[in-house]
Amino acid sequence: MSAAGGAPVIETRALSRRFGSVTAVDALDLEVEAGEIFGCLGPNGSGKSTLMRVLLGLLAPSQGSARVLGLEMPRAAERLRPRVGYMPQHFSLYEDLTVQENLEFAGQVFGLSRRRREQRLEAVIETHALRRYVDTRAAALSGGWQQRLALAVATIHEPELLVLDEPTAGVDPQSRREFWEHLFDLTATGATIFVSTHYMDEAVRCHRLCLLRSGRRVAVGSPQKLVDQLRNRVVDLSVDEPDQAIAALRDVPLVASTTQLGDTVHVLLASDAPAADAAAAELVSRLSSAGIRGATARPTAANLEDVFVSLLLGDGPEEQA
Amino acid sequence: MSAEVRPVALGALVRIGAVARKELRQLLRDRVTLALMVGIPALQLVLFGYAIDVDVRHVPTAVLDRSQSAESRKLLGELRATQTFDLEREVGDEREALRLLEASEVGAVVVIPPDFARQFHRGRGAIVSILADASDPTVSRAIALSSEGFAQRLAQRMLTISQAPGARLVRAPEQDLVRPDPVRIEVLPLYNPERRTAVFVVPGLIGVILTMTMMLFTALAIVRERERGTFEFLIATPVRRGEVMLGKILPYLFVGFLQVGIVLALGVLLFDVPIRGPLWQLAVGALPFLAAMLSMGLLVSSVSRSQLQATQLSFFFFLPSMLLSGFMFPFEAMPRVAQAIGECLPLTHFLRIVRGIVLKGAGLDSLVGEIGAIGLFFAVAFVLAAITFRKRLA
Repeated sequence: MSAAGGAPVIETRALSRRFGSVTAVDALDLEVEAGEIFGCLGPNGSGKSTLMRVLLGLLAPSQGSARVLGLEMPRAAERLRPRVGYMPQHFSLYEDLTVQENLEFAGQVFGLSRRRREQRLEAVIETHALRRYVDTRAAALSGGWQQRLALAVATIHEPELLVLDEPTAGVDPQSRREFWEHLFDLTATGATIFVSTHYMDEAVRCHRLCLLRSGRRVAVGSPQKLVDQLRNRVVDLSVDEPDQAIAALRDVPLVASTTQLGDTVHVLLASDAPAADAAAAELVSRLSSAGIRGATARPTAANLEDVFVSLLLGDGPEEQA
Repeated sequence: MSAEVRPVALGALVRIGAVARKELRQLLRDRVTLALMVGIPALQLVLFGYAIDVDVRHVPTAVLDRSQSAESRKLLGELRATQTFDLEREVGDEREALRLLEASEVGAVVVIPPDFARQFHRGRGAIVSILADASDPTVSRAIALSSEGFAQRLAQRMLTISQAPGARLVRAPEQDLVRPDPVRIEVLPLYNPERRTAVFVVPGLIGVILTMTMMLFTALAIVRERERGTFEFLIATPVRRGEVMLGKILPYLFVGFLQVGIVLALGVLLFDVPIRGPLWQLAVGALPFLAAMLSMGLLVSSVSRSQLQATQLSFFFFLPSMLLSGFMFPFEAMPRVAQAIGECLPLTHFLRIVRGIVLKGAGLDSLVGEIGAIGLFFAVAFVLAAITFRKRLA
């Protein structure tokens, strides 16, 4: 792997990309290390797809720089191509070609020799269990199988870097789990993966995450580190009527957001609220003064969704970059 | 990476081949498009061809026989035998003849000069004029053709008759230039000097069909990739810009030649279109035109956001091509401005090439100027397409 030896696989400096008056990526500094699965999280329109396109040299940056596998983008984009695999957000293979033909086409345009192409085709068909569908047109595959095929195509040339834009959107949990197992297999062979997702269960599995809001980096770190930043900020309330409790807490200043989980109300505290122990007691007294009795409150560990929500609210552990 | 090293040029060829093969596969599976590619030439040929029926007979004809001789009566008898002319009435002077023509009461007037018999026997070339109402080009053309046949038949009877210069599609035999003829039939097409029939239309149709299909299908092939999102996958691969362009063009070049073949074959089968020039010359002459149209397709694709836009833009180019190239209206009869625009359209020049080769048996060497004009158009279109065709998004 050429990326070995500590040099980051992806390195951006004050990277910006504007479309007219809209700034899709805003002064972004980012480093992705070799061999990691680096997740990119953020609401729709936060600039994830634009960032990926700039990293791949498909869009030119408006300002700043992006180096990928040591190559300056977009100047050296053509030299980058054989070394990366890309799954765009929407299924973007040829629906009127069969599985086999799509794979062959990819093998040819990625410049594999005939012998190596045959080997790789065989390998990815085996890996992704595509054997019985080789002669099926891509259009006839279900979402999960299309996504397998897309990954097979994106990895046919054994890229050093894989860029996956919401690869599992709309795919069932079983397929998503298998997909992620393949991703870990790929990192085991030394590949680096840059992936965006909306699924928290997937985000948790990344080595490191970057959270974007309006094109700005609001947090970077391992899932554990991000969750730790919300220590003492989450309280679970057990109440008989959760919906009434949520209504009662709506305008309470120390509450940032509430989520109902069955009979439990998951409360994310505002950043200026007291620590969870103290806040728990106050929440219970607030509820009883609103006529809701018998509630019990208990400080609990934050999850990634809390991190995500707190960042969306602009109320999270914002870094001072 | 364990990629085996391979020469750069070979890699490019493999990638171009991959794109071309993929394109051809998709084309073969797109039944509607495929049907259009074969169907458009066939349908247009039949529509245009049969709308103009070559086999015109029994044209009502007036006779102005100023000779009133045995020779003139023999000539009229021969004319009647052709069945092209129904010699319905005699007229006394030319004014009456023109009135009948203008009123469309007759389609032609045969004028035999007073000294016909004398000139005939002297071998000085007695001139018989046929005034033809060419406002209906079909009729006029049929008369010209018939007169040609008539002249040949008379020639067999030791009467050599040549075509007048008005019948420009028929080459005069060489000896006519050397020796004066006993009788000349002069067809004067009135009202519409350019006479056209299926024979004339079919070669032109090749150009019209290629203009429409080549440009549109190339444009659609690329815009479709953009619309379906496959373009984003494609441009993230090592395929280079020029390779995508060439790979997209090649299958359609093949389709283009196929269409030329279909139109020519049907033209010969259904309308007896004579192919006077060698086919290889036509192939050579068609190549720059095909390339020009395909480049236009690339250009259209790079400025179109959707298939609908690409279709509209193609049509925007197609319409003036059809109207101002001399396909629909005689080029010489068009206003100067229209001619100037027409000269900028590759179809105008291609029509001259294809008509020259197919109808007149003209050699490529005499058409260098036309080929050069198309080549220039191709160069400009291709460079513009190469500039605007980006391997980037937005």
